[in-house]
Amino acid sequence: MSDDVRGVPDRVVDLFEGNDPLLIVGTMLGIYVLLTAAAVAVGFDLNGIVNTLRAATVFAAGYGMLVLALNLHWGYTGLFNIGVAGFMAVGTYVTAMLSAAPSSSPPGLGLPLPVAILGGMAAAAIVGLLTALPALRLRADYLAIVTVALSEMIRLFVKSRIAQEFTVAGVTLGTGGGRGINYPSPQTIVTGLLVKEPRSPGSEPTAFGEAVFGAAESVGISESVVSGLFYLVLLLVFTGAFYWLLVRIANSPFGRVLKAIREDELVASSLGKDTRLFKLKVFAVGCALMGLGGYLWIGRSGYVNDLSFRPNITFFVFIALIIGGAGSNTGSILGGMVFSALLFYFPQFVSQNLGGGSAPDSFAAALGSAGDLFAYAVANVSSLRFVAIGILLVYLMQNRPEGILGHRKEDAASVDLLERGSGRRPAADGGRPPDSGGESDE
Amino acid sequence: MSETDADGGAAGPAEAEIPEDATAPEIDEPEAQDSEVEESAKTTPRSLPLRVQNLHKEFGGITAVDGATFSVEAESLTGLIGPNGAGKSTTFNCITGVHRPTSGHVYFRDEDITGLAPHEIAQRGLVRTFQIARELEEMTVMENMMLAPRGQVGESLVRSVTPGLRGSVVEQETELRERAWETLDLFEIDHLAGEYAGNLSGGQRKLLEMARVLMTDPEMVLLDEPLAGVNPTLEEKLLERVHELRGEGYTFLLVEHDMDVIMENCEHVIVMHQGRVLAEGGPDEIRSNEQVIEAYLGENV
Repeated sequence: MSDDVRGVPDRVVDLFEGNDPLLIVGTMLGIYVLLTAAAVAVGFDLNGIVNTLRAATVFAAGYGMLVLALNLHWGYTGLFNIGVAGFMAVGTYVTAMLSAAPSSSPPGLGLPLPVAILGGMAAAAIVGLLTALPALRLRADYLAIVTVALSEMIRLFVKSRIAQEFTVAGVTLGTGGGRGINYPSPQTIVTGLLVKEPRSPGSEPTAFGEAVFGAAESVGISESVVSGLFYLVLLLVFTGAFYWLLVRIANSPFGRVLKAIREDELVASSLGKDTRLFKLKVFAVGCALMGLGGYLWIGRSGYVNDLSFRPNITFFVFIALIIGGAGSNTGSILGGMVFSALLFYFPQFVSQNLGGGSAPDSFAAALGSAGDLFAYAVANVSSLRFVAIGILLVYLMQNRPEGILGHRKEDAASVDLLERGSGRRPAADGGRPPDSGGESDE
Repeated sequence: MSETDADGGAAGPAEAEIPEDATAPEIDEPEAQDSEVEESAKTTPRSLPLRVQNLHKEFGGITAVDGATFSVEAESLTGLIGPNGAGKSTTFNCITGVHRPTSGHVYFRDEDITGLAPHEIAQRGLVRTFQIARELEEMTVMENMMLAPRGQVGESLVRSVTPGLRGSVVEQETELRERAWETLDLFEIDHLAGEYAGNLSGGQRKLLEMARVLMTDPEMVLLDEPLAGVNPTLEEKLLERVHELRGEGYTFLLVEHDMDVIMENCEHVIVMHQGRVLAEGGPDEIRSNEQVIEAYLGENV
């Protein structure tokens, strides 16, 4: 890269290079600008615009959590887990069953939410361990087969009549089968600040809630959007916590061993690392995070059924990680944002608000004129986005398999590895014969 | 620093295996894999660290190792040679836990290590290199180096993550980093510290592989054809390092295909042929051994 040909793109790259918070915030702002423009174009008021941005950010945060968890498995350790949806389902359903009121249908245990959430994470971790114990002995592709099968088994079990309602040791529980399950939404954690009875709809606002709702009302933002924004903050806090944890793991000797396992497990074990134990730990931790992420994001409304945990969600999370760059935590966040808000949510928004009308109803009919084709594309962008995502994926695989940030050197160490106590910089040593390493002869 | 169990469960060594030999106490326990190892390694007397007894290994119906028995003296540079198919590599793999021997025993510092997992053997200070240098390609040279040391407190997930507990991790990392730099200096690849190992040339990889093994602070190093595919200049350099390190008290077992290298560098030579030890002794002894000449000529002619 020579300096004299640097153009604007290079300078933009320079600005963001090495400044991860700026990169994340900048990307999100870019997405906001696009969405705001689209929302204004379809004539949304402020309430609508804010709600659009909120919905996009919820998507981004939800994907962010899951992509980070997958990055721990796949990006760092090379564990090819394609059962993300299954572990999300375990976390969500167990949390739901633990927290649902005993009087509801299906009945739950009525435990406090924090306890239920920890229980959900623990359950996801345990299921992860049970999968990993036999599967980690096998080669990577077998782990993939086992996990994807398990994820479907979990979903079908949850949906089954056996699980719909069952009694264990005198306690009746249930997943609700195909009807789904109602439980206290995680939103009640934050909406408790705003209303007196967060679990019952139409409850009286608290004094704080009154002030916030009043202020929002004056600029035309509705109460439900305000509650949604509060929950969004909670989601962002959790996403931030995931990120912190992952960066922490990445910058540690523990993370170094994970990377070594990804690169060559035999080398890691020949250097005295108990690779199996490392893999088990990582698998359990990642699954727990997937369970939590699933509950906070997919389960945010207080109702789920099995359809939310079909395998396609796993593949979406994988695509997001590939876009962002496997092995990079900042990349995981960026990939989650770009995939979910830009490639997933935005086209859906467009087709919901711009589609319909005079668009032709079949592809053949749309071939008549360019205008028809365009209208048809807009109306069906919701489906066509998968074509676009597929094309993007093929392009990335061929031209940039490392994703947005996968190329970065992120040293796995808790200290700067290129620093020397003596202050001597290695590169300054010019006395090295050029052939010191011998020729490449392999 | 850390007197606590350095592994924090991450690499829990020695499933409370009591060394059957009564001389065990004078040997430092495998649990004590902290920085103490560094000190004790210099003071602990070494005698016959590695003993291989009547080792057999069969793959299906094929016998690769057929009753090999030999031992390696402390602080020696011992060579293991033999024609192709003599069973050198299989013996190596049986010693290091990659293969489980069909029968026979391997003792390392009077402890029976037969059938232990590779990591358990490495944790005891018996570390190997690979014939084809196996670098962790998408990790930098420095990361490769920092991976190797035994008993890293930061390999415990809890300690690496929990705020407040990380002090000891950073402290140890800083120490290890200095040692890594010194070792890279020694092998003259310090200018490559930030480079991905995958971008190194074949020769540089061999150097890194050796440097990395040293970072484990081994008791004994098994070198699997470290000179294969290496140019003469580098070959000399690598051998120079090995001799230097042997002078510092390291023990080496060198597997080589090239008879001349072994004869010129090792003070003790073990010749394997058809899965057995054919001859053992000083280079001169081996050179004039009729059976050895026959085995080698028999293969070549």
